[in-house]
Amino acid sequence: MEKATVKKQNPFNRLLHSQMMIPLVALVLLLGFNLLMDPTFFKITLGTNSAGNPVLSGNLISALNNGSELAILAIGMTLVTAASGGQDISVGATIAISGSAMLRILCGTESSPSTLAAPIILGFLVAVLVGMLCGLFNGILVATFKIQPMIATLILYTAGRSIAAWINNNQLPIVPGSTFTYFGGFIPGIPIPTPFLIAVLCFIIMALVMKFTNLGLYTQAVGINENAAKLNGLKPAFIKILSFVILGVCVAVAALIKCSRTSTINYSVVAQNIEMDAILAVALGGNSLGGGKFNIWASVVAAYVIQLLTTTLYKFKVSSDALPAYKAVVVILLIVFSAPVVKEKMAEIGKKVRKPAKEVG
Amino acid sequence: MPANKKKRTLSDANLLLLITIVVFFVMYISAVVFLGSGFRKAQMFFNILDANAGLVITACGMSLVMITQGIDISIGGVVRLVCMSCAVNLELQNGTPFTAFLIAMGIGLAFGVVQGFLVAYLEIQPFIVSLAGMYFAKGLTTIIHTNPISVTNEAFKALRKIEFVLPGLGYYNKKGTYINTTIELGSVVAIVVVILMFLMLRYTKFGRNFYAVGGNKQSALMLGINVKRTKFMSHLICSLLAGFGGFVYFVHIGSAATSNANGMEMNAIASSIIGGTLLTGGVGNVIGTLFGVLSLNTIQNIVSSIGLDDAWWTDITIAGMLCLFLVIQSVVMSRTKKK
Repeated sequence: MEKATVKKQNPFNRLLHSQMMIPLVALVLLLGFNLLMDPTFFKITLGTNSAGNPVLSGNLISALNNGSELAILAIGMTLVTAASGGQDISVGATIAISGSAMLRILCGTESSPSTLAAPIILGFLVAVLVGMLCGLFNGILVATFKIQPMIATLILYTAGRSIAAWINNNQLPIVPGSTFTYFGGFIPGIPIPTPFLIAVLCFIIMALVMKFTNLGLYTQAVGINENAAKLNGLKPAFIKILSFVILGVCVAVAALIKCSRTSTINYSVVAQNIEMDAILAVALGGNSLGGGKFNIWASVVAAYVIQLLTTTLYKFKVSSDALPAYKAVVVILLIVFSAPVVKEKMAEIGKKVRKPAKEVG
Repeated sequence: MPANKKKRTLSDANLLLLITIVVFFVMYISAVVFLGSGFRKAQMFFNILDANAGLVITACGMSLVMITQGIDISIGGVVRLVCMSCAVNLELQNGTPFTAFLIAMGIGLAFGVVQGFLVAYLEIQPFIVSLAGMYFAKGLTTIIHTNPISVTNEAFKALRKIEFVLPGLGYYNKKGTYINTTIELGSVVAIVVVILMFLMLRYTKFGRNFYAVGGNKQSALMLGINVKRTKFMSHLICSLLAGFGGFVYFVHIGSAATSNANGMEMNAIASSIIGGTLLTGGVGNVIGTLFGVLSLNTIQNIVSSIGLDDAWWTDITIAGMLCLFLVIQSVVMSRTKKK
């Protein structure tokens, strides 16, 4: 019965009812708004940066560039949300921790060394390890001790930036050399911003994982009904911990990009409020924040929508401090219109307008 | 021990409360014994209370929302907005403390009505609603005024100076003069709020509804409780208390800046949890919340007075303490389920 109705729908109709709809509508609205207000918003130019390399610039490019960390985090956050039915609010703080650990490896004990103390790859691997450890800590609290994710991650949220300060003994080490800046800037000869390339690489890896493993199915099963999943031979605790560890890896990648952008880390402000944006991306992507069904790509699109919103607001000379107020209004509007209750009401009104010619059943 | 199920869960809720109170007293008494100096004076205790009167009031609201299975992370933003609006009113618009108070409550009311409506009647997750609320409040604060304001209004200054002398708790200093132990108006107000909330939650039908809705929404509905209205009221009261607590906090610090009340929502959540409120709803007690706030701040004082005064130790201890209490709660609750 259900299959028959699905078959009847044309692709457009299916898209209309899919999760992708919410972020896509938001995207189209935002782009349309920009087109109306100022068509030059879409201008993309190819110039050269101070090092003489070709670089693309423009508002759209900057949104793709700056939204990359958020999109990468959105992957992990979607998985955590789906598996555990809660959100990780410590991602900003764990970015500070793993970034600090990376800089500690790269700079040794000096605050501004003239040469790298270790190869970048080693620093990155340590960052990944630290990120995974943080994820493991959160995951164990959530899965083994059955603490609500938001509260369990409150611990690292509170302590994270302080731990980061402690790792580097309150110093802000500066990484020498230009190689390290490639990850957050441009690789010579390639005009596309590297963060976006890294993000695309992450998407490809994630797509392959989702295609060739049962991770997606298992995560969804655990999120929808933990006990049923257990009876079917899954280990809910393991799946939950795994989702947090994957988020930890995403955090480390984001930390690499964040640190590379400035060649240093200001642990008290780095990635501030990014956890809120990441959770918003998950919610805007139409994923239930209570766990269960999820769509990573909707979250990813939503992450870029959020960044585009930020870019648009900056374009209209909104100061960075006042930015959250405007963001909140947009978010509330989007969420109100995508709320099930409102949708039902709208559908009822829609039916009345169309006249009850066809019976629904 | 043979006991029916209802008594069992009740005693577990009380056990969590008891653990908090015992931990607080053990901590304070050991500080008095081993660290001496400041902790021996009763004034130390009342200083902690004075500095956190606003947090106590807002944390009470947070506990109420958590009992009803919600969460409100906008309160830090609301407090900041209240501080800035009141300061602007007093300094730039020649307001009086009374108009400032009305503004504070008005902000609380507005946030409460909107957030409560979105959560209760449109059934949007409270986390997302209050997240947007937090963004909105913090952004609006900088739109109203960006620079720090120190309030010089005379009537307001008089309000700040109101103190009560506690008889019998003073001490003689080295010169032999008697120094009174005093308590600020804000602390008294905070304690009154805690007592009122406690009585309301325990003895009125209105208050007990919150536990019913938080414990099991379905059965609450079948008992004829208006679940939506109860949820709405919990958010409304929480935001009103955030407005009120914000005013008390503002009176204590006497100035406003865009960095005020940073992380207050997290402190309020942490205090509620340490006080034995469960985020799963249905369990909690505002007396516990009061002790949660006190414990959090006592341990900060202890940590800084034993020489670990690097800025990062404060956060790490709070996190450690939160972790400890969460694990205790988890163990206690899983024990209940097994029996």
